[in-house]
Amino acid sequence: MTDLQKQIENIKRISGANPEKCMRCGKCTAACPNYSEMEYHPHQFVYFIENGQLDRLLKSDSAFRCMTCFACVERCPRDVKPAKLIEAVRLTLIRRKDSNYLKPDEIPQKIDEDLPQQAIVSAFRKYTK
Amino acid sequence: MKYSYYPGCTLKTKAKDLDLYARKCAEALGAELEEVDEWQCCGGVYTTAQDEIATKLSSVRALTCARDRGQALVTVCSACHNVIKRVNNDMAESEYVRTRVNNYMQPENPYKGETKVIHYLEFLRDEVGFDNIKKAVVNPVKRRIAAYYGCLLLRPGSVMAMDNPENPKILENFITAIGGTPVVSPYRNECCGAYLTLTDSAAPEKRSGLIVDSCEKKGAEMIITACPLCLYNLKKNGGDKLPIVYFTEILAEALGIK
Repeated sequence: MTDLQKQIENIKRISGANPEKCMRCGKCTAACPNYSEMEYHPHQFVYFIENGQLDRLLKSDSAFRCMTCFACVERCPRDVKPAKLIEAVRLTLIRRKDSNYLKPDEIPQKIDEDLPQQAIVSAFRKYTK
Repeated sequence: MKYSYYPGCTLKTKAKDLDLYARKCAEALGAELEEVDEWQCCGGVYTTAQDEIATKLSSVRALTCARDRGQALVTVCSACHNVIKRVNNDMAESEYVRTRVNNYMQPENPYKGETKVIHYLEFLRDEVGFDNIKKAVVNPVKRRIAAYYGCLLLRPGSVMAMDNPENPKILENFITAIGGTPVVSPYRNECCGAYLTLTDSAAPEKRSGLIVDSCEKKGAEMIITACPLCLYNLKKNGGDKLPIVYFTEILAEALGIK
């Protein structure tokens, strides 16, 4: 098994999602509120993981554009859970050494007086390890 | 009736009104909210991967405290509610998570998801009852109010189980109970842009702008929410078109507390 295949198997395992159930209706991408800001859209995450093209997803920052709002999960007629696959790709990226997407040094210039703490802890949980 | 209460990090700092009026209104409605002992931040977002164990521990500590007191656990912040309820579901349903969490924490009595987690809105609907709230209102709000649910209160519907995730009515029924007129926006359960506000502000600008515009076009005079991050994103990106407040503030106004 190649490294890429191992990573795909790990993504399937930790997400608990099965991309092979997908029937390509595209409803996940139609439901995604941020699809226009993503290089690869939710249905492509499902398709690429199923077809061994994970490397394309790992080279893109699309996984970091997902807001984990679960609209795609709620509306998928086949219960594929695209957001869980996207989260597993994001974890595959940030669990690598020195690969945090957001650095603590960047925070001071991004905050204003009203920003809730919730935003900072949420961003750290999604973007760093 | 006594409940365990989990305020969360933001309610102690930037969202003090969400917390303050939740407590005051509960008292006025005859319920006692007892803060969880030494609670820790829930982390703001639930991490969906099943091998994420450390990120679930703080929720389990709060859930265990409520269980040991024999109380249901009340949350107010949408984010805390989403995280704690989903972790509770994992502890009940996933042997993988339950075993690892209990092995790590070594509690005297292993936690298995026994606690009932209820959002403050569910407390109002199911414990107090909207009919009783209607009777307790002294200042009917008499405004056209748009409810903004966001994503965290409702999804995933199978776990959150608060209301129909696509066509909810709990907040609209709440608005009616306090004497207001609910205004329904098609964007009420669409994401505001969430934590992308820190990494890619284009998303919350676009999403929150759409939400506020839609509420305004539907004739709303005000937007209510349960989430501090939604409130921030809507206020920052929606211009000054409409006042945006926490639902507990408007409840306090109706009950004559604020």
